[in-house]
Amino acid sequence: MNFMQSLRMAWLSVISNKMRSFLTMLGIIIGVFAVTVLVSIGQGATANITGQIQGLGSNMIAASVTSKSPVYISLSEVNHLQNANGLGTVAPLISSPSTAKSGTRTQSTTLEGTTPGYDTVRSLSVQDGRFLTQTDTDNRSAVAVIGTDVADALFGSRSVVGQTMQVQGRSFRIIGVLTHKGSSVTGSNDNRIIVPVTIAQRMLHQTQITSIMASSQTNDSVDQGVHTLETFLFRKTHSTKDYTIFSQSDLLSTLNTITGTLTAMLGALAGISLLVGGIGIMNIMLVSVTERTREIGIRKAIGAGRGNILIQFLIESILISLTGGVIGLIFGGIGTYIIGRFMKISLSISPGIALLALVFALTVGIVFGIYPANKASKMRPIDALRYE
Amino acid sequence: MIELKNIEKIYQMGDVKVVALGGVSLSVVDGEFTAIIGPSGSGKSTLMNILGCLDTPDKGLYLLDGQDVTKMSEKNLSHIRSRKIGFIFQQFNLLQKLTAFENVELPMVYQGVPSKERRARSLAALERVGLDKRIHHKPKELSGGQQQRVAIARAIAAKPSLILADEPTGNLDSKSGAEVMSILHELHHAGNTIVLITHDAKVAQEAERRILIADGKITSDDKGGEPA
Repeated sequence: MNFMQSLRMAWLSVISNKMRSFLTMLGIIIGVFAVTVLVSIGQGATANITGQIQGLGSNMIAASVTSKSPVYISLSEVNHLQNANGLGTVAPLISSPSTAKSGTRTQSTTLEGTTPGYDTVRSLSVQDGRFLTQTDTDNRSAVAVIGTDVADALFGSRSVVGQTMQVQGRSFRIIGVLTHKGSSVTGSNDNRIIVPVTIAQRMLHQTQITSIMASSQTNDSVDQGVHTLETFLFRKTHSTKDYTIFSQSDLLSTLNTITGTLTAMLGALAGISLLVGGIGIMNIMLVSVTERTREIGIRKAIGAGRGNILIQFLIESILISLTGGVIGLIFGGIGTYIIGRFMKISLSISPGIALLALVFALTVGIVFGIYPANKASKMRPIDALRYE
Repeated sequence: MIELKNIEKIYQMGDVKVVALGGVSLSVVDGEFTAIIGPSGSGKSTLMNILGCLDTPDKGLYLLDGQDVTKMSEKNLSHIRSRKIGFIFQQFNLLQKLTAFENVELPMVYQGVPSKERRARSLAALERVGLDKRIHHKPKELSGGQQQRVAIARAIAAKPSLILADEPTGNLDSKSGAEVMSILHELHHAGNTIVLITHDAKVAQEAERRILIADGKITSDDKGGEPA
């Protein structure tokens, strides 16, 4: 029997029982909807997080001393690491939570003491004024580069170069405002005050450097750079437990593993609902086969073979599942868009997910349709004809 | 050409064996119009099921156009039904969701006849039974007599070698019944082989040959030629 005829028969059967067909489809619609929306959110969130991390400074390597006993790393030692094997720019970092004040306004923020290379390492740029210079470090100048959050909170404006503010009782002249970066997984990137490392050392009563931020020389020398820093820190601490080093690529791959697993789990959960939808199809197809026993008998009497009957019922279940799949996909697309706007991240159903969802719906239709269809095809015409 | 030799069919009903057919031998030549007459329970329905390849006998031989169909698998039987048998049932047995035209077309769909030819043959068959104005009606929109004529059109469009009519007038008023019988006569004159199964002696009178069946055996075979 030709395919179009089978399709037409299946269609007639589906629309002759609209409510039932719709309810059966609903299982698939919800399943496909859930799969597409959840996987899209997972993928969108992953892309979003990845983008944020890359925005924090590509090729960045961060090293920190975690030892309880003081480890003396001096500024000049850090400077010696500049352009060492595998490393590019290297900047020291000492930081501490602080409160900044201007008049009556205050802002809780992070004070970061560092050197001029820091902006390169962390992909920072100033939208107004300038960043720290070597002279600032050498002269221990009381100058600061501030993030937009700090500028907004203290002055209600972002054109604040030349103004002064107080940090822990010390006056600082603002020489630059950082370009707005927005928030990322690690919190706001705009709530920080960057000052010369030399003045930070004095303010925090801490001469040793506890963190080193570096960028790798090239994209491929990250591992080499990590090794260089590791050698340096091991020589300083004599214990691998007394320091940590992580690179941006470590962080990315860790996060990708986590979000990938989460996405897969969400998809699998949603897949279960699709499976339940498939059982619904099988259930209704079995009812349909029984109801249409006489029709099957007539068809067999006038010449339909087992194959014809099998195909007819199978196409019917595939039609239900695939139509449900397409409707679910459409609602999934709308749902994903709405959720994306709500979460303020860009979400879309990738062609891969759409295809996967449809293939899954098709598979469900075949797998759960084959048993009822086979049952129908095996009916003996004489019994089927006698059925009232 | 139909040849039955010692056909036996026994049903097991619990502990009781019911002999539906106890050795039936019979041959029908091409172009014959035969009536098989018997009261209910005589085994005539079983005989018709076997003739129509809907069922297989327990014993005996059934040759249809020289082909032994007794030991055939269901797959091959469906093929035989498709090519060689045209059924006309008491209950009409049309598919309610399809139009008259689509019902007539269906056996040819299963035969794999190309759609253009299918269309031409369906239209011709419907015209022959006088329903060319009603081809897009569904069975529910047709009277009983019209439905049976659609069923006849369905049977003849597929060009079977044997038309099996099982009480074709049983559910019809006498006027529609007469119409159906006259169509069967026309088909007979056009050279079709027809086997009519009925319990009604008056209907059977219209056939050229009358076979009486009782308790699973043929009791008389009257090749009286054309009825008066």
